[in-house]
Amino acid sequence: MSAETLARPAARRRGGDLAVWLGPLGIAAAVIIALITLAALFAPLIATHDPDIGSVVQRYQGPSAEHLLGTDQSGRDLFSRLLYGARTSLFGAAVVVLLAGGGGAVLALVAAWFGRNVDAFLGRVLDLLFAFPNLLLAILAVAVFGTGLAQVTIALAISYVPYTARVLRSVALRERRLAYVQAAELQGLSGLVVSLRHILPNIVPQILTGAAINFGYAMIDLAALSFLGLGVQPPTADWGLMVSQGKDSLLQGYPQQSMLAGTCIVVAVAAFSVIGERLGGRKAGGRA
Amino acid sequence: MLRFIIRRLGALAATLLISSFLIFAAMYAAPGSPESFLVQGRTVSPEVLASIRAQYGLDDPFLVRYGHWLGGVLTGDLGESLTTRQDVASLLASRIPTTLWLTAYAAVLIVVFGVVVGAIAGLRGGAFDTAVLLGSSVGFAIPTFFAAVLLMSVFSVTLGWFPVFGSGSGLADRMSHLTLPAVALALPAVAVVARITRTAVVEEREAEHVQIALARGVPWRIVARRHIVRNAMLPVTTIVGVNIAALVAGAAVVEHAFTLDGIGAMLINAVQQKDFAVVQAIALVLVAVFGVVNLVIDILYAVIDPRVQLGGESA
Repeated sequence: MSAETLARPAARRRGGDLAVWLGPLGIAAAVIIALITLAALFAPLIATHDPDIGSVVQRYQGPSAEHLLGTDQSGRDLFSRLLYGARTSLFGAAVVVLLAGGGGAVLALVAAWFGRNVDAFLGRVLDLLFAFPNLLLAILAVAVFGTGLAQVTIALAISYVPYTARVLRSVALRERRLAYVQAAELQGLSGLVVSLRHILPNIVPQILTGAAINFGYAMIDLAALSFLGLGVQPPTADWGLMVSQGKDSLLQGYPQQSMLAGTCIVVAVAAFSVIGERLGGRKAGGRA
Repeated sequence: MLRFIIRRLGALAATLLISSFLIFAAMYAAPGSPESFLVQGRTVSPEVLASIRAQYGLDDPFLVRYGHWLGGVLTGDLGESLTTRQDVASLLASRIPTTLWLTAYAAVLIVVFGVVVGAIAGLRGGAFDTAVLLGSSVGFAIPTFFAAVLLMSVFSVTLGWFPVFGSGSGLADRMSHLTLPAVALALPAVAVVARITRTAVVEEREAEHVQIALARGVPWRIVARRHIVRNAMLPVTTIVGVNIAALVAGAAVVEHAFTLDGIGAMLINAVQQKDFAVVQAIALVLVAVFGVVNLVIDILYAVIDPRVQLGGESA
């Protein structure tokens, strides 16, 4: 751990040493993420079939030239559905990470700049959010606003804010106390300018690390909500939903759909957590 | 110590009070009126509708309804389910044992496998250590619902060792029904705990006091137990606690996957049917349990590490 942390800043400064810094595992992870992103972006071009249309006569087919990975319970092409499934999975997680990172950064900057009562009040509000387990907050949001990807994505983002805000606040607070920030304040620069121009750029590394680590969590949580029938709705292709829909087929002896979709999730999450570890220079399991 | 506990209990009570308000307000703000759900599409006269609204107190102001609900909660009356017309408290009581058994089983698995495997990996090193490191990286990335489906496919469908559905009755039967769900629920947490334990043990093993103890001729067994593992347990306690607390909500996913009759699965059903009386009751119970588990962790932490400042922190 310590060797990694020490080696990191130097390797990072020299952009050419990116490969060294990533290591073999990191390179593999980066390639996987690039491939999944490309698959999601160009799904309509790569897909061999319409993901939502199938014929029941062709259900539960094995892999063939026509259907590369076989078909599901409705005769839909699994390869095409996996490609389209990457879209909802990546997009949802990206929105969660963006909103949670942005919201957390704003709260952290406000708390660090004003300090005292504002800081204490925001701390209390965050404590209250901490009282709700992430998944519960998203489930409650569905109870109120109905099922759907948008609802669970926003609810999850809110439930992630306390984690990002707490980490970023401590970094921003450290920055706030530095002499150059005090000097800028004395020169009469407004809090907004100092926060955005001087403090924000210095907490960007922590924001990125948090985003990479949270991305894996967000993918798992969103997939779980779709698995529960609360997130992405059929017939839209989504990895979590595919694991759920494949469960009945699996009990009848056709495990392909669940296994393929589940494997996609595992590989994607593992890739993002490896990158998150590299960025943060620490082991999995820590939450930013 | 006592003051610390009392203060934390007070904070927990305040959090629960505000949470109950938020939960109730959210359900209140939800679109769709409860009485239209109660009549379920039948055409009823305005008089009947008015009597239903009066029966459920739907015309009262918001704060009156909240006060009424909160008063009921404090006396153990959680209201009546909108779909089944049954008493929510007794519905919950019949479902809680399954969830309790499931989470307790998973918690035991997390402590036993996570901590023990992680500690052995950290103490021994070598091939076992590498295997644990690799295994934890993969295990960490497997979502509980996929673990559930995987286990079901291998051990229920292919091998037929465990039942696929239901939660069983009696101790042995229950254990057999809950084994796969508990393993699925515990898996990601076991991976994280094993990893953290291993790191903590390795760091402690390299510490000066350990080297000195060994140099003085203290037997390895005693150094390992008293000096390494004991000190390494501090970060482990936190991570075990956090993961056990997270089981509270994670159980819903596993219960749904294995169609167990726990309160998590009940919550999901209630959400889909917009049975708000049930949703708000379960949500409050889960927040309360979550808070209590977190409180217990903090107290345990203070017991294990006397250096922890009991007065200072509030979070």
